[in-house]
Amino acid sequence: MQFGIFSVSDITTDPTTGRTPTEAQRIKDIVTIAQHAEQAGLDVFALGEHHNEPFFSSSPTTTLAYIAARTSTLQLSTATTLITTNDPVKIAEDFAMLQHLADGRVDLMLGRGNTGPVYPWFGKDIRAGIPLALENYGLLHKLWREHVVDWEGKFRTPLQSFTSTPRPLDDVPPFVWHGSIRSPQIAEQAAYYGDGFFANHIFWPASHTQRMVGLYRQRFEHYGHGSADQAIVGLGGQVFMRKNSQDAVTEFRPYFDNAPVYGHGPSLEDFTRETPLTVGSPQQVIDRTLGFREYVGDYQRQLWLMDHAGLPLKTVLEQLDILGEQVVPVLRKEFAALKPAHVPDAPTHAALLAAKLEKDSKAEVQA
Amino acid sequence: MKQRNLVVVSSGLSQPSSTRLLADQLSTAAAGAAARRGVTLDIQVVELRDLAHDIIDNMLTGFAKPALKQAQDAVAAADALIMVTPVFSAGYSGLFKSFVDVLEKDTLAGKPVLLAATAGTARHSLVLEHAMRPLFAYLRTAIIPTSVFAASDDWGANSVEGPLRGRIERAATELATEVERREPATVIDPFALTESFEDMIKNL
Repeated sequence: MQFGIFSVSDITTDPTTGRTPTEAQRIKDIVTIAQHAEQAGLDVFALGEHHNEPFFSSSPTTTLAYIAARTSTLQLSTATTLITTNDPVKIAEDFAMLQHLADGRVDLMLGRGNTGPVYPWFGKDIRAGIPLALENYGLLHKLWREHVVDWEGKFRTPLQSFTSTPRPLDDVPPFVWHGSIRSPQIAEQAAYYGDGFFANHIFWPASHTQRMVGLYRQRFEHYGHGSADQAIVGLGGQVFMRKNSQDAVTEFRPYFDNAPVYGHGPSLEDFTRETPLTVGSPQQVIDRTLGFREYVGDYQRQLWLMDHAGLPLKTVLEQLDILGEQVVPVLRKEFAALKPAHVPDAPTHAALLAAKLEKDSKAEVQA
Repeated sequence: MKQRNLVVVSSGLSQPSSTRLLADQLSTAAAGAAARRGVTLDIQVVELRDLAHDIIDNMLTGFAKPALKQAQDAVAAADALIMVTPVFSAGYSGLFKSFVDVLEKDTLAGKPVLLAATAGTARHSLVLEHAMRPLFAYLRTAIIPTSVFAASDDWGANSVEGPLRGRIERAATELATEVERREPATVIDPFALTESFEDMIKNL
C-alpha cells in the first residue's frame, strides 16, 4: 500500500499570526514539503491544479519535474489534473515528458474541477463537465497507446496523423486515477478502462465514499478487469497530530475554523464525526485510517492533505515526521497483514512494465 | 387500506408556534380525509427550528448531518407534503427557503404539496400567491389548489368553527384526493448509474 500527501496549493493567511506567505515562498515551500515527504518515508506526493487565486499551482508538471530532480523514490502524482479544461493533447505530452524525466515515477489523477468561472476562461462550459471528461479522456487514452492518431470529437479540433511526443516511457502510459466525489459516471469511466478510482473522501460523510467505491468495484468486475476486490482504490484523508490529542485540537482549531473550504461552518467536533478528519494523537489517526478499510475494502493508496489552511511550513514538516515515524510504519504493517494475496498493490511503472513484457512475450510464443 | 407517507414541514420559531398549530390542524384534517378514502397516512413532522444549524452547515459543506439527512430523506420519500411557513418581511422565512435550498434537485418534482402560511395580520395573506406558489411551481410540484393562510384573528376565541376551519378541511380534502389517486412515490438515488459507459459515449 502507498502512503503519501496531496496539496491543493492554497495560499492562505495563517489565522494565528495574520501572515500570508508570498507566492514565491509557498512555491519553494511545496518543493521542501515534497522532499521532506520522501525523507520521512512516504511514497507519494500529489499536487493540485488551479487557475484562480488563492492557488499557485497552475502548472503541476513544471513543479513535479523540479521535485523529480530533487527526489529519488517519491512517486509523483496530481490531485487533480483538469481533464475538462485542459487540452488532452497537452496532457498527453506534458505527462509523457515528466515520465521520462522522472524515470517513470509518475501517475496522475484526473478531475473535472468544480469552479464555474474557470471553464469559460478555457473556452469550455461547466455544464458539459461530464461529456468533456469522457471525450477528453478517450482521446488521452488513445494518444498514449496508438502511435499515429486520427481522431474527431465534439469538443476539440480533429487530429489527422498526429503523434503525441515524447512517447510514454517504455511504451507504458502513466497510470491514471479518476477522482470524483459523487458522480457515478466517473466511477463508471474508471471501471470501464480498468483505471484507478480515487475518492476525495475528506469533505464528505463516509457513506458517499462507500457508495462510489462500491459502484466502481462492481463495474470494474463487470468490465472484466478482475474481481471487485482487485479494483484499484485510493482515498484522501485529513489529519492533524500531536502527542496529546487535546494539544492537537487546540493547535488545529483556528486553522479549521478559518479554513477556506469548511471554515465558519460546522464545528471541528462535528466535522470530525461526519468526515474522515482526525485531529488527535498518532494512535487515533492509525485507528481511524484502518477503519476506512471496513467500508471501502482493501485499498491501494492513502493520501493525506497536510499543507493547507495557512499552516506554517515548520508545522507541516513536523506533521510529516509524525506520519513517517509513528503512523505510516504501523499502517503499512497492519494493512499488509489484512490484505489477501490476490489484491494487487498500486501500479508503479516497474510493475506495469513487467506486466507489459510478460504479455508481449506470451504473444510472441503464441505467434 | 392503502398506506402513504405525508411529511409536514413547519418553520415556526417560537415554542409553541402558530405555524406548528396550523401544520398540525392541516395534517389531522388530511389524515381524516385520507382515511375516508381508504388511505392511511403515516405522518412525519419536520420542525426546521431543530435543524437550523444543520441547514446552514449543509450550505457551507455541501452535505447534511444525520438529523437533516433524515429529514431530507423523508421529504424525498414523501407521497405528499404540507409546507407551512411564518411570514417574515413579506415573504416565506429564510429558514424555510434555506431548507428548500438544501434539498437535492428534483426531490419535490411531481409531489402533491399543500401550501400554508401564518402571520400576525391578514394583510400578508397574498404571500401564498406571490411567494409560495411561484417557488413550488418552479420546483415542479403538484400544488394543491387551496392554500391556507392563518392570521392572529383566526386563532381568536370564537373561531373554532370559523372560516379557517373550512379552508383547512377543503385543502385537506383536495390533498387526500390527490394522494389517493396516485402511485406511491419513487425515490431517486443520486449515486445510481443511469446509463452504461457505451451509452454515455454515444450520447455525448
